[in-house]
Amino acid sequence: MSATPESASVSAIVGGGPLLAVDGLRVGFATEDGRVQAVDGVDFQLEPGEVLAIVGESGSGKSVTAQTIIGLTRSPNSHIEGSVRLNGEELTTQSESELQKVRGSQIAMIFQDPMTSMNPVFTVGSQIIEAIRAHDTSTSRKESRARAIELLEAVGIPDAAGRVDAYPHEFSGGMRQRAMIAMGLALEPSVLIADEPTTALDVTIQAQILDLIQDLNKSRGLATILITHDLGVVAEVADRVLVMYGGKVVERGTLEDIFYDPQHPYTWGLLGSLTRIDQPRPHRLPQISGAPPSLLNLPQGCAFRPRCPHEFAKCKEVPGLDARLSGDPNHRDRCWLEPDQKRKLREVEPGRIGLEEPT
Amino acid sequence: MLRFLIRRILGAMAVLFAISVLVFLIFNVVPATNPAARIAGKNATPQLIKNVEEEWGFDKALPEQYWTQMKLIFTGKVESFQSHINVDKRIAEGIPATASLCIGAAIIWLSFGFLFGYLSAVRAGGWLDRGLTVLALVGVSMPVFWLASLLLYYFTYKIEIFPASGYEPLSDPGKWLSHLILPWISLAVLFAGFYSRVLRSSMLDVMNEDYVRTARAKGLSQRRVMTKHVLRNSLIPVITLFGLDFGVLIGGGAIVTETLFNIEGVGLFTAEALQTQDFPSIMTVTLFGAFFIVLFNILVDIAYAYLDPRIRLGTSTA
Repeated sequence: MSATPESASVSAIVGGGPLLAVDGLRVGFATEDGRVQAVDGVDFQLEPGEVLAIVGESGSGKSVTAQTIIGLTRSPNSHIEGSVRLNGEELTTQSESELQKVRGSQIAMIFQDPMTSMNPVFTVGSQIIEAIRAHDTSTSRKESRARAIELLEAVGIPDAAGRVDAYPHEFSGGMRQRAMIAMGLALEPSVLIADEPTTALDVTIQAQILDLIQDLNKSRGLATILITHDLGVVAEVADRVLVMYGGKVVERGTLEDIFYDPQHPYTWGLLGSLTRIDQPRPHRLPQISGAPPSLLNLPQGCAFRPRCPHEFAKCKEVPGLDARLSGDPNHRDRCWLEPDQKRKLREVEPGRIGLEEPT
Repeated sequence: MLRFLIRRILGAMAVLFAISVLVFLIFNVVPATNPAARIAGKNATPQLIKNVEEEWGFDKALPEQYWTQMKLIFTGKVESFQSHINVDKRIAEGIPATASLCIGAAIIWLSFGFLFGYLSAVRAGGWLDRGLTVLALVGVSMPVFWLASLLLYYFTYKIEIFPASGYEPLSDPGKWLSHLILPWISLAVLFAGFYSRVLRSSMLDVMNEDYVRTARAKGLSQRRVMTKHVLRNSLIPVITLFGLDFGVLIGGGAIVTETLFNIEGVGLFTAEALQTQDFPSIMTVTLFGAFFIVLFNILVDIAYAYLDPRIRLGTSTA
């Protein structure tokens, strides 16, 4: 799980920069009520074989970030700034037809709801074949079909040869998500973006899909961006974590950093609302009070300020994403509190992290 | 599939039966005048009217009259009260003209409806879309009789490039075509405008579907996403409309167009029957029209199952 040292060595072998580098990414949408800054300055790097989790509530900008990487948010109403580089090549300035060559073949994406993510009127097989032939017209239909069956087998669909001609509605939810992953893998991409891949599935199927993603990540060195709001999912598979709030990254670090030494109160809140089986059940499920801010009207200073019980005067100033802990330049957060204060405030009970009014 | 067909055909027969009973009752309960008096003519003596009543069977009980009427219609012996022509034969003679008019017009309106609807959806919000929207609204707003009159005035009277009226059989294709172009246009414009709007909004709905995003994420070109994934899923509303509209027209619903261009088809005959309140003719054209509407509804349902595999024919037991 702690792949940071390994991934560092992998990138050293490959030489050159990271596989995927996102710098100062900002995505705004013109709406009738004004411009919505859905993503406001996101930076991260992804190394081969690494799983990066992006965590946040609805509207935190995590899905928009992911879709912008492969240019799916491009429209006359959107405004995209910053840079996305794949193997050093800039994607944001590429033309639509150049991007089409990247989508699916180098960066694959799977989506939240496998019920609606496959076209109901075409067979599962034909949709996989279509993905293959969109990039490689030299592969015959027959070869593509054989490849589709192979892929369905690889993601654990029983009787793949028989099911390749089935329609999506004839698959269960978990099988559909497997088929989506098979489709994503069709061209052996180097990056897989999974946008809430398990949210619409029940818990046992969730675990199977996560296992599958982790397997692929390990066996094929598939770099994965996992978008989720569920820290339980993150704990299973992630190497590094970005926590997003109001279009900004509010904390980033390794899995251990985020789970054992979280710095931002929002992260505490997310951790506090996890139910754990190794601790007594709380009377009420802890929650972060309030709602995510409207992106049209973000609060001044720290965006989390209105929901944070630990707010103080300094919070009216915008905190930078800085390394605030001595000795760990990679663990960064946007909170003005001192590390010592944070340690005290986050511990709502001995051994339990949460976001609560200090008593 | 077979079960579905049998069920639908039985249902269709029930519908046709209900329609025939309804038309029969309406005509007999609310007659403008006594049919016998009308057949007997002006200044008929009461005796003559009575004789006619007996001769035509108007004095019999209603179920018996209904039965006789139906027997005549389905054995091809039904005669109109007014002109004593054979109604079935007259409708049969009108079918080639009506079919020529409706099929030709349908090809035109579907072509333009699809083209304009597709372009509007792909360029939604742009100038092309706005232009086509205006065009479609103009088309939809133009009454058929007005457009037909304009076309006739300009293209047969002002500049004589098309013949004024009538229908020529297909045995002379040149003549056939020249007599049909104006009727086709006047019938198709309204539908083309309407269908383009329906297709546009249906496509815009489908474009927001998750699977369209998936298709783009696979790296498909915009054109392929639109023509394959979006268009296919947008067809159902258009097919539904088409089944109804085409069924109505081919069953004698193109009354205005056929009348204005004097095309001796089923529609013109329907118009005449309505004007003269000729019961056997009205009864027969109504059943004829209802038959096509029911038929095209069944065809539309079959098309649904073909377009969307989630719709299965004959398996619903609910």
